[in-house]
Amino acid sequence: MSAGSPNTTLSLRSRRLALAPWLFLTPAILMFVIYVIAPIFQSIWVSFYEWDGLGDKVWVGFANYIELVDDDRFYTSLKNNFIWLVLYMLAVPAGLFIALFLNQKVPGMRLYKSLFFFPFVISQVVVGLVFSWFYDPSNGIIALIFAIWDGSPPAILADERFVTYGIIAAGLWPQVAYCMILYLTGLNNVSPDQIEAGWLDGAKGWRMLWYVVLPQLRPATFIAVVVTVIGALRSFDLISIMTQGGPYGSSNVLAYYMFETALSEYGYRMGYGAAIAVVLFLIMMVYIMVFLRRMYVQEKEGG
Amino acid sequence: MFPRPIEKSSVAAQYAYRGALPIALIIWLLPLLAVVMTSFRSAGDINAGNYWGWPTEINVLENYWAVFNNSPMGVFILNSVKVTVPTILLTLTLSCLAGYALAVYKFRANLFLFFVFIAGNFVPFQILMVPVRDLSVSTGLYDTVTGLVLFHAAFQTGFCTLFMRNFIRALPFELIESARIEGVGEFKIFWHLAMPLVRPAIAALAVLEFTFIWNDYFWATVLVNGQHAMPITAGLKSLNGQWIAQWHLISAGSLMAAVPPVAMFFLMQKHFIAGLTLGATKG
Repeated sequence: MSAGSPNTTLSLRSRRLALAPWLFLTPAILMFVIYVIAPIFQSIWVSFYEWDGLGDKVWVGFANYIELVDDDRFYTSLKNNFIWLVLYMLAVPAGLFIALFLNQKVPGMRLYKSLFFFPFVISQVVVGLVFSWFYDPSNGIIALIFAIWDGSPPAILADERFVTYGIIAAGLWPQVAYCMILYLTGLNNVSPDQIEAGWLDGAKGWRMLWYVVLPQLRPATFIAVVVTVIGALRSFDLISIMTQGGPYGSSNVLAYYMFETALSEYGYRMGYGAAIAVVLFLIMMVYIMVFLRRMYVQEKEGG
Repeated sequence: MFPRPIEKSSVAAQYAYRGALPIALIIWLLPLLAVVMTSFRSAGDINAGNYWGWPTEINVLENYWAVFNNSPMGVFILNSVKVTVPTILLTLTLSCLAGYALAVYKFRANLFLFFVFIAGNFVPFQILMVPVRDLSVSTGLYDTVTGLVLFHAAFQTGFCTLFMRNFIRALPFELIESARIEGVGEFKIFWHLAMPLVRPAIAALAVLEFTFIWNDYFWATVLVNGQHAMPITAGLKSLNGQWIAQWHLISAGSLMAAVPPVAMFFLMQKHFIAGLTLGATKG
């Protein structure tokens, strides 16, 4: 046995250990770069061109972004995104409310919980179709309610004043279900000792919820807020199904306006569409950074 | 337990609670119940405006048969299966490998790569739309099932890698260490030691991804044009244009689109919720 052999085996092993993760990672990195990372940069690059998707690209510098500043439809979409963001947040307390209502141990509770969760599992296309029909002024359920008092029902999806709120209400239905399931899981893990201590201290109802339970539900609240923000900014399916941004662009949001500009009968303006997408991306980046920061802190603490 | 267990309340309150449960459920699921009811109605009822009253006849078979016969619904469903199943297999393969690497090995770019996967998972689809569509057109994958599968698999790798990495991290690392000391090769450790232990994570991701991919509408619209490759979500939208106000058919079609993910959820409920609520309990 030579004295060098443990060293060579060690270095061979450490070299193998250094190479192995990259072999495991290569397929995923390759796919992710081709379909996710590179397209982000390509979109930013395309946003400086005028391009119909087929012919030659024409460099226009910041012209697309300058056009955005004067585009009323862009502002309408931005404003609607803001309304979405604010009202979508209702899903968080509503989800908590239903979770508290359902957090009991009576026979059949498991089934009740799953049935309450249903709206999240079905496609938004189906949700959009169902609510379009609900809102139909000639024979929807809204019409039925108004008929009780002989009133004429509002045409929610054809009225610029109501349309965005109508679509958000449809979107809230599955989103509340999502937040509910997050809170139900969170409530399962609330420490019984602290609740017991709360009882002994005379905390009840709201005070108990606010001072004892909610602090323990913080991780669930954080995830619920993150997924709700992402959901609000991603809103596309319901708008495409229910109104296609109408009437007169009044229910548009950035995600749908981008699609409409780049890929519909309104013209194939890829460059301008990409510029809208970049704005949406930057807004989303704020939230992504907040999320990553938290993950980073957790990683450092958890080791 | 919070709120206070109902068993500790008065008998009256307990009965009130048990009575309130089904009522709340019916109100909550009213949209779905209405769709189910409508899918049973006859065209006569629909034309007469009888949407909410008792149906004059139950036309279950007729309506569903009509949907299958007069529309390419069968093709749409088949396309959705052809997109969903290979996507799950591919994305799980990629993310098991990548998640394992990020969980087990220490190397400098580790945390950076992990964060890239997480961040990529949250980006708005629109920032990817133009280049991905362009790439699909230039490689001949536009308007094909394969094109959809490749994109979905790549994009979902972000979320699945995050999930896998955290799951594998929680496994006892000593197992891997001792296998290494025994001289077992790295890939063998991954395959024979780690993979059997991550089965619950694979199950959770498989059901979650099934619903995500099955319900996708955006990419089905952007990357597919013809009915031959169209998944059910985009197909339903196109049928909605043809069947104006024929709500009994639209309802029946909607239910066909909704049943597979709902069934998946019911069969694998525990795994589904475990996957969805990742991170909602600790941290």
